[in-house]
Amino acid sequence: MTDSSPVQVPGTVLTMRRIGTYQTMTLVAPGVAERFRPGQFVAVAVGGEQSSMLLRRCFSVREVKPDYGGTVEIVFAVRGKGTEWLAALRPRDIVDVAGPLGRPFPLPRDPVNCVLLGVAHGSAALFPLAAVLGQRDCRLHFVLGGATSDDVLGARGARRTGDSVAVATEDGSLGSAGSVGDLLPGVIEDAQADVVYACGPLDTLRAVTRTCTGYGIPAQVAVEEPMACGTGVCMACVLPVIGDDGGTHMVRTCVEGPVFRGERVRWDDVGTIPFDALGAPRALRLGERS
Amino acid sequence: MSVDLRTRIGAASLPNPIMTAAGCAGIGRELGRFFDVAKLGAFVTPSITPEARAGRPAPRLAETPSGVLNSTGLQGPGIDAFLARDLPWLDEQQARTIVSIAGNSVEEYAEVAGRLATAPGVTAVEINTACPNVEDRGLMFAAHPTAAAEVVRAVRAHTRRGVPVLAKLSADVTDVVGVAMACADAGADALSMINTLHGMAVDTSTFRPRLAGITGGLSGPAIRPVAVRCVYQVHAALPEVPIIGIGGVRTGLDALELVLAGASAVAVGTANIHDPSACVRILRELDAALRERGISHLADAVGLAHKPAGTLMRRIDPNVGVAEPTEQETLQ
Repeated sequence: MTDSSPVQVPGTVLTMRRIGTYQTMTLVAPGVAERFRPGQFVAVAVGGEQSSMLLRRCFSVREVKPDYGGTVEIVFAVRGKGTEWLAALRPRDIVDVAGPLGRPFPLPRDPVNCVLLGVAHGSAALFPLAAVLGQRDCRLHFVLGGATSDDVLGARGARRTGDSVAVATEDGSLGSAGSVGDLLPGVIEDAQADVVYACGPLDTLRAVTRTCTGYGIPAQVAVEEPMACGTGVCMACVLPVIGDDGGTHMVRTCVEGPVFRGERVRWDDVGTIPFDALGAPRALRLGERS
Repeated sequence: MSVDLRTRIGAASLPNPIMTAAGCAGIGRELGRFFDVAKLGAFVTPSITPEARAGRPAPRLAETPSGVLNSTGLQGPGIDAFLARDLPWLDEQQARTIVSIAGNSVEEYAEVAGRLATAPGVTAVEINTACPNVEDRGLMFAAHPTAAAEVVRAVRAHTRRGVPVLAKLSADVTDVVGVAMACADAGADALSMINTLHGMAVDTSTFRPRLAGITGGLSGPAIRPVAVRCVYQVHAALPEVPIIGIGGVRTGLDALELVLAGASAVAVGTANIHDPSACVRILRELDAALRERGISHLADAVGLAHKPAGTLMRRIDPNVGVAEPTEQETLQ
């Protein structure tokens, strides 16, 4: 096994905090922090040993620190029974953590102008990335969004570390009213951006990819598909993605992703099996009899 | 005391009875990041089909109480890619590989079996007669004894002697014993039970089915009593045919339950989704459970639940440990 292999460890809750509408949890998870690279995520078992909830919950990582033997901070919204259980944990409680999982963000070799775009708690993954890009003397331009001001994550930290920060909320309670997609072209032009890193819902990532294609710059997007195991065994989180061979493959977000080149993802076909995908049912292929 | 965990599935001998269940463990590389796959009694592959399959659209998984519904639809790269890329990797790890196979017709099963016959590193072939997720759900060989027998006969004819052929059966039938007998008569060396149960869930917020494929296969601890029942019934009818017990195994005691009902080996499925190192943990727990009960050979435990009351080897208080054997029991 190489060092890039994930580990599965009992994680001890160090702190629980509410930030806006989200829950922030810091876990002491030895081995995870050392291996972590920005863009990767962790998969957490919920409900305890005899849990009736069998699927893991996957979360992007907002920060890792070497303190206390290696800590990992995740941010999540309470959406169902599993996240409710997590939110009720207290310091010193134990959860089973597997990580770091997935493919990290590719990093530029030279100092370049980077736009980091995130919506709601999806923005969490941008902050460890910003730390690494900052060490490489890249210029960092943040674009953050959410439904209301409470839903925008990390705006204060971004102002501290970023060269510029633009915020958009749907209700206009913070920054400009509208979506982050509306702000992006202006930021790309002002910053003379070389690359855009983005995380958020599919619609946002599709819009980001379209904008970047228009400017001829790469979009590196971290996809938030619902995952069930995080390790690649359950085949639940598939997306139609164009491979190096030019053909479309149904690939697992948890193993082949979560970071993809935006233009490789067939955004309009997410949730379907495109008729020209490798192994698509014959009945769907045009001009062929099944 | 050390426990002898070796077990036999037809002509194949395995160092221990814990396997992965088809389609619940990736192709080996995924779990190989968490433990050495050679530690398993055997690694069971996802069902390999003649051609690549893209599977069914997402959402493909829904969590239910102590269960998971899936409509993955046998996504896989097909036999060519499996032989070129995946089987050699498993062989390199020195894993014992049981290849699960599937197809849309008897000819397709025979074709995959024929391609495997010349490949090195195949410990056994398991026939998926019951996957409810192919496009034509009416096509489920396990539903009819004659159809199941036909596919078993075709695969047996295309498989080398010395390589056991396993028939994986569905519990979604009126008479699982009848199907099991038909498969054994047709040349199946062992039976795997059970496949997922056909189920469905509806989202009460969106009013829509929770799976894109509408219905799917239910797995997890929720189905374990059904698996125990099927293993018990078939072992009673065919005590000489080895059974691989599958269905909701999460702990060593769950595995022991299936062994007592008549299974010679136990496959772990949904637990791999919940806990990537489930197989090695369950193996450790099974070993401890046998030792605590004073059973030194796994083979001695197979089918013990069929013995009349009062003839048990030893009794154990679940909270205390091994009870002292009575004089009569010591004589056994």
